[in-house]
Amino acid sequence: MAHEPVHHGTPDSLASAEAHVAAGEVHEHPTWHTYKWVALILTVITIMEVWVYYIPAFVASRLFVPALLTMSAVKFVIVVLFYMHLKYDHKVFRALFTGPLIIAMTTIVALMFLFAKLVIRTG
Amino acid sequence: MSTTAVAHAHAGHPPTTTGLDHRKIAIWAFIGSECMLFASLISTYLIYKGRSVTGPFPHEWWCRATKATSAAGPIAGCPAGELFKPILNIPVTSQSTFVLLMSSLAMVLALAAVENKDKPGWAGPGWGGRLFESSKLWLLVTAILGAGFLCYQAYEFTSFVHEGLTIKTNLFGSSFFTLTGFHGAHVTAGVLWLLTLLAIDVKRGLGPRDALLVDISALYWHFVDVVWIAIFTLVYLIR
Repeated sequence: MAHEPVHHGTPDSLASAEAHVAAGEVHEHPTWHTYKWVALILTVITIMEVWVYYIPAFVASRLFVPALLTMSAVKFVIVVLFYMHLKYDHKVFRALFTGPLIIAMTTIVALMFLFAKLVIRTG
Repeated sequence: MSTTAVAHAHAGHPPTTTGLDHRKIAIWAFIGSECMLFASLISTYLIYKGRSVTGPFPHEWWCRATKATSAAGPIAGCPAGELFKPILNIPVTSQSTFVLLMSSLAMVLALAAVENKDKPGWAGPGWGGRLFESSKLWLLVTAILGAGFLCYQAYEFTSFVHEGLTIKTNLFGSSFFTLTGFHGAHVTAGVLWLLTLLAIDVKRGLGPRDALLVDISALYWHFVDVVWIAIFTLVYLIR
C-alpha cells in the first residue's frame, strides 16, 4: 500500500531520511484489510456504547461512566494509531500529538477538581 | 518497504534536517493545539453540566410551570404545553456518529488510492479493485459523508431551537452549541478542503507525488473524527 521514495534531496538528506527508515521509525501503512477490521471494530464499539445507554440498570450502576469512557478511549486510540498512522509514523509526530494531548487531558481533570466535579474524599 | 516519510520529505521541496516534511510537522503541531482548544470547550461543557437553572435539559423531562424535573419519565400534572422532553436525540446522533466514522474509512482509502496510483492493479483484479483504486471516488464519498454529518447537525440544531433550546436559554444551551458548533465549523472546513482536493484530482489527477497533500488533509479529517468520538460520549451518552 505504500509507494517508493521520490528522490529529490541531496545525498546527505537522503542518507539522513533513510537512516530514520533503517532505524525502524517509519513503517508500512496498513492494508485495506486492516482498515476494514478497524472500521468494523469502531462500529461494534459504537453500537455497544448506544446499547448500554438504553439499559436502565446499567446506567444506574457505577460501571456506566467508566465503561463509556473506556469504550470512547479505545475508539480514540484505534483511530489515532491506525487511521492517522501514528503507529507507523515517525516518533516526532507521536510526540507532537501526545504532548499536547496529555496537557489537554490534564487541564480537563484539573478543572474538574477545581470546580468540584471530581472530589477526592480524604476523611 | 514503505518509505512514505522519505518520499514526503523529498517530494518537490528542499531537504530538512529531520528528514521529515515541514508541512507534516506543521499539521501535527496544529492538531496538538486543536487538542487544547477542544479540551477547553469540553471542560467548559462539563463544568456547566447540571448547573442550568432552567430547561430544557439534555437527559431529563422538565415542567416549565412547576420547574420540576424527572429523569424517569413525563411529569404528572404538568399543564399542556409546559412539559419538555429530554432534548438530546440519541438515535439521530448515533447515526451521525456512524456516518463520521465511515467517512474516516473512506478517507484512508482515498489516501491509499493516491499513494498507489502508479501501481495499477494494486488493489486486486476486477471491478472491485478498480473501485478501490479511484481516489476521486473516495474523496467524493468522504466529502458526501462529511456533508451528511453536517446535515444531521443542522437538523439537530433546528429541532432544538423549535423545542425551546437556544444558545441563550441556559448554561447547557450555551456550552452545548459552542462546543458542537465549533466542531461543526471544523467539519465544514474539512469538507471544503476535501472538495478542493477532489477538484485538483479531477483537473490534473493526484498521484504519489501529491500523497502528502492528501495525507495532511486526512490527518485533519481523522482528528475531527476523534474529537467527535469524545464529544459523543461526554455530551450525549454520559448522563
